Amino acid sequence: MISEQAKQRMRDLAARYPVARSAVMPALYIAQQEEGYITQEALQAVAETIGLTVDDVESVATFYTMFYQQPPGKKVIKICTSISCYLRDCDALVSHLEQRLGIKRGETSADGNYALLTAECLASCGTAPVLQVNDEFVENVTLEMADALVDEWDRDLGATENPSEISSQDVRVANEKKIDSKTEIPL
Amino acid sequence: MPELILTKDIDAPGLDTLDGYSLHGGYEALARALKEYQPEELVEMVKKSGLRGRGGAGFPTGMKWSFLAKNDKTRYLCCNADESEPGTFKDRMIMEKNPHQLVEGVIITSYACRVSIAFIYVRGELALAGRQIERAIEEAYATGYIGKNILGSDFSLDVILHRGAGAYICGEESALMESLEGRRGYPRLKPPFPAVIGLYGGPTVINNCETLATLPAIVKNGAEWYASFGTEKSTGTRIFCLSGHVKNPGNYELPLGTPIRTLIYDEQYGGGILNDKQLKAIIPGGSSTFILGAEKVDTPLDFESIAAAGSMLGSGGVVVMHEDTCIVDAVLRMTEFYRDESCGKCTPCREGTYWLTEILHRIEHGDGKESDIDLLMDICDNISGKSFCPLGDAATSSITSSIKLFREEYEYHIREGRCMVGAGAALVASH
Repeated sequence: MISEQAKQRMRDLAARYPVARSAVMPALYIAQQEEGYITQEALQAVAETIGLTVDDVESVATFYTMFYQQPPGKKVIKICTSISCYLRDCDALVSHLEQRLGIKRGETSADGNYALLTAECLASCGTAPVLQVNDEFVENVTLEMADALVDEWDRDLGATENPSEISSQDVRVANEKKIDSKTEIPL
Repeated sequence: MPELILTKDIDAPGLDTLDGYSLHGGYEALARALKEYQPEELVEMVKKSGLRGRGGAGFPTGMKWSFLAKNDKTRYLCCNADESEPGTFKDRMIMEKNPHQLVEGVIITSYACRVSIAFIYVRGELALAGRQIERAIEEAYATGYIGKNILGSDFSLDVILHRGAGAYICGEESALMESLEGRRGYPRLKPPFPAVIGLYGGPTVINNCETLATLPAIVKNGAEWYASFGTEKSTGTRIFCLSGHVKNPGNYELPLGTPIRTLIYDEQYGGGILNDKQLKAIIPGGSSTFILGAEKVDTPLDFESIAAAGSMLGSGGVVVMHEDTCIVDAVLRMTEFYRDESCGKCTPCREGTYWLTEILHRIEHGDGKESDIDLLMDICDNISGKSFCPLGDAATSSITSSIKLFREEYEYHIREGRCMVGAGAALVASH
């Protein structure tokens, strides 16, 4: 449900920019905040308040990887795998978290608790390797820190089951790739 | 330690608030700019200071401003804070720790360029930076530094924070404008340049975050003072982002012209190579710039010297690799980035980056063919200069330069089916 309040915020944004259309990205953020991802209803609300067609809004939403096309998981973990983190062994961190969470990169756990994504350079190269959980940075991540983080997240989520037993669901969160379907997610 | 301009107070407590920033002389430059200078005088001052863009291209800032079309259309300023060039992490630091410095630079630039609406385009992934800038803008509005008749002058300005949403391409200036206009971030054909027809069709200034954050210091201390730092053609200081195989990675502000060796080895900065290994290669300005061999370590970090050495100063992201780095694998990793971030608009870049990655992948994993090295060079040649924007060109830099410098490593990989150096070589050798 997109609240009336959220729609009003979208209208206010549309009025603030010189051209209403410029508010489409901030409006999509508002919708995603309400829905968790970009639902059909989200697209409709943005289209109505900004004055665009639903298709037009969707074409924008699908270009940008931070607008999720599917529910991304309660904890969205993004591990940077670009060059500076690569030189600081981010690949070991990715493998370690794959094992701990029982999911491969690009997947969301079956219970919807975790999404494990690899990300392009997160502008934290001086403190590599680095990850973000729900957009907040954790820097200079060691494998021990990663374990402690998972314990903390498990407690946060009140997860009772053993995470390694959660069967992985091949939900590829659409933000791994935008256009080119040829690219395989490295497994 | 040389004098710091941008990061002097960066660790002062409370600097990120308006009160804290004001305690360190914040917004004095704005008051002086509005009271003592006509806009055109500020453009002249910045020209004289020699300040060049800190985003990548290094174009003289004052000259860029003077190119703005003189017509009656509304002018816009876009601050490019979409920091995402691999190896670069300075703008994030400025925004998180000293957001008012950027906001003050945005206001001064808007006055100098007669802009009435300014946008700060912050990369979506940098959530804290976005919040800090948003709060700084609100505080500046509340204090009368932004809004109508700023500090009693005739100058009025609106500043809008706009968050990106995960697309490297939006750091390219024409794609950034497309994104701000509410569309997919596809680059525009140039010319016309943004200074003539930019955002919403109006004359538009686009400057990098660090560039704009430098302006308060120039206005406060003068063009001559700023030009007294650095070299004759590369004036001032800039923030070098040091990462990779060094003991103390981090952001270090240094005068332009400082040798790479100082940045990497000096105890105050990089402190030497990780585990005291040998230096193998340096990327001097973010992953879009050509790789330099270890023998270039005494090259001064200024625009001219790095260009003469065969690369670009770019975004100031200095990535260091030591002797155990498999160059093929490192280049593969960099190329994957461009494949993933190609917006798909131009065929050479979209298809080329895909095939470059495929070929590098098969070389790295022991399936390379003898003809692959020439094939890589051929594909690079077919991408470079053949797309709307420089993303495709950037993808080829690490490939062509690494083949030039480390061709024998590619050949070894193809012949032996494994890495010549590092863990990949040791792994097979022990079997």
